Amino acid sequence: MSATLSLRDQASPTSGPLLSVQDLQVTFTRQGEESFHAVDGVSFDVHPGQTVGLVGESGCGKSVTSLAIMGLLPKRGNRVEGVATYDGVDLLSLPSKQMRDRRGRDIAMIFQDPLSSLNPVVPIGVQVTEVMERHRGLSRKEAMPKAQELLERVGIPDPKARLKNYPHQLSGGMRQRALIAMSLACSPRLLIADEPTTALDVTIQAQILALLKELVVDTGTALIMITHDLGVVAGLCDEVNVLYAGRIVERGDRHGLFGQPRHPYTHGLLSSIPRLDAPRGEQLNPIPGSVTDNLPWTSACAFAPRCPHALELCREVTPVWELEPGGRGLRCHNPMEPEEVGHE
Amino acid sequence: MGVDAYADRRKDRIDALAARSVDDSPGVSLIASAWRRLRRNPVFLLGLAITVSFVVLAVVSPWLAPYDPAANPLIDQVRPQSNPIPGPEPGFPLGADDRGRDLLSRLLVGSRQTLIVGVLATVFGLIGGLVLGTLAGALGGWVDSVVMRLVDVMLSIPSLLLAFTIGALAARPSQWTLIVAIATIQVPVFARLLRGTMLAQRHSDHVLAARALGVKPQAIVFRHMLPNAMGPVIVQATLVLAVAIIDAAALSFLGLGNPDDRQPEWGQMLGASQQYIYDHPHLAIYPALCIIVVALGFTLMGESLREALDPKSRR
Repeated sequence: MSATLSLRDQASPTSGPLLSVQDLQVTFTRQGEESFHAVDGVSFDVHPGQTVGLVGESGCGKSVTSLAIMGLLPKRGNRVEGVATYDGVDLLSLPSKQMRDRRGRDIAMIFQDPLSSLNPVVPIGVQVTEVMERHRGLSRKEAMPKAQELLERVGIPDPKARLKNYPHQLSGGMRQRALIAMSLACSPRLLIADEPTTALDVTIQAQILALLKELVVDTGTALIMITHDLGVVAGLCDEVNVLYAGRIVERGDRHGLFGQPRHPYTHGLLSSIPRLDAPRGEQLNPIPGSVTDNLPWTSACAFAPRCPHALELCREVTPVWELEPGGRGLRCHNPMEPEEVGHE
Repeated sequence: MGVDAYADRRKDRIDALAARSVDDSPGVSLIASAWRRLRRNPVFLLGLAITVSFVVLAVVSPWLAPYDPAANPLIDQVRPQSNPIPGPEPGFPLGADDRGRDLLSRLLVGSRQTLIVGVLATVFGLIGGLVLGTLAGALGGWVDSVVMRLVDVMLSIPSLLLAFTIGALAARPSQWTLIVAIATIQVPVFARLLRGTMLAQRHSDHVLAARALGVKPQAIVFRHMLPNAMGPVIVQATLVLAVAIIDAAALSFLGLGNPDDRQPEWGQMLGASQQYIYDHPHLAIYPALCIIVVALGFTLMGESLREALDPKSRR
């Protein structure tokens, strides 16, 4: 692990960010209805080889952010604004044909449910080679041995036999490994993983996370990890962004963020995790309300109705994004002081 | 005795459990598990038996029929005034028709026309429906709107009426008139069905995953959407076969089919029997029975296939 850290430290300052998302806005518009800001000015950078987490409850805009970067949102009913610079090119203003050429080659994505994300009527081998045929101009015959290597690389036993299997013949963990193999087939420099372990059971989750970590380290691929599971983030991410109602409310490296959460929402997320060392019978501390009980960001803090620390100010003035030295960022009028926090 | 019954019950129970555990295991495809259930379904087996024997009979009928269906060996016995229809006699188990032609031979050979018209009409209807349904479901937008309005218009006209109209428009009626007319009325049914399943596929996770890998639109439609959307359409096709056979009989009964009665066809035989229906009802009963049994065979097979493949009706 220490070796990889030093490798990253060398890589990041020289080459600048691989992906730089600036003020990304996604608005759902529907005729006759008020438009809805699903993503409301999200900015973050991903450096080569870095793993960045996007964390938040369901509905906070994390999946929409990733789909917008990939250009996979339907054109109708969605308005995407802002800039997502990948390697000096703005992905969001790229014609759809050129974006299609980049998907799978420069940026790939892993989805939540491995069974439904595989085509049920096509053997695994064909699905893996399809990507290589598409982007590397290989014939299926040329691509098959490479597909076999890939399956072996992602830890699928007996890869030669598995190439001929259909998705339903594989176990859940195998399927996710096969999907990872497909997304890595053209060695993309950026991988977006949208809740890659949510549909798997716990032991398999750990295996898949270990695999992702290993692949990221070995290939130097940057990873955007989208999850609601702070445990996943804790083990994997270099930098963590906490999203609430379409805006980033707190950012920090994982040690800083978990050790000293400053935003009450981050604190709430952390204290709603069950702890093994908690006394028996102790109640969990969920955040009251749901993500739909929010105020518009335009004239308040969206989290104010659910926030135990809310002041009058929070319901009247929009908190601004303040970047502190060391990469910490915070959007809060009344942040928690370190001594209030009972973590670690 | 009691022990045997107990052992049998236990064996059945184990078999049932084994069948279920195999059903649930990921190693068995949908088609394999559907077949496992179909194999024990008497309704399906009856339908399959009828259908298979009908197809075999239709294929071998020219060699099986005792006489040429166009020849009239009993013409000497036809007396227009006293005895227009020669009854059964040795060598002619079902008797003859009003022109002294062997009824059994005509029924046997008539199955060919029924099979050809039914199958071709279904196939052409399926092809038309596939083209329209794929266009509408894959492209969406205004193509979808235009195609679906066209389909709605066609569906708003009673299908048999539409078929009669198309049949009546033909300058020279033949079996191709029947095929075209019946295929046309099936197109909107298939198109609508396929469009629905294609739309569901378009929003499925694996299509999104394929797009995320940069797969081109044509490949997405033909490799990722269409094969997954075809299941219900194939099942519908087996049901349409039965309808096509009945419709073909109805059209040729009304004289919209092949006018040349040297080539027998069940609906046309039924039509010709009308004037003798009171004195010689068997002339109508035999072809009608053939039509009913064959249509029943296809329907039983199609229905049980639909049930077996429908995830909602699975145990």
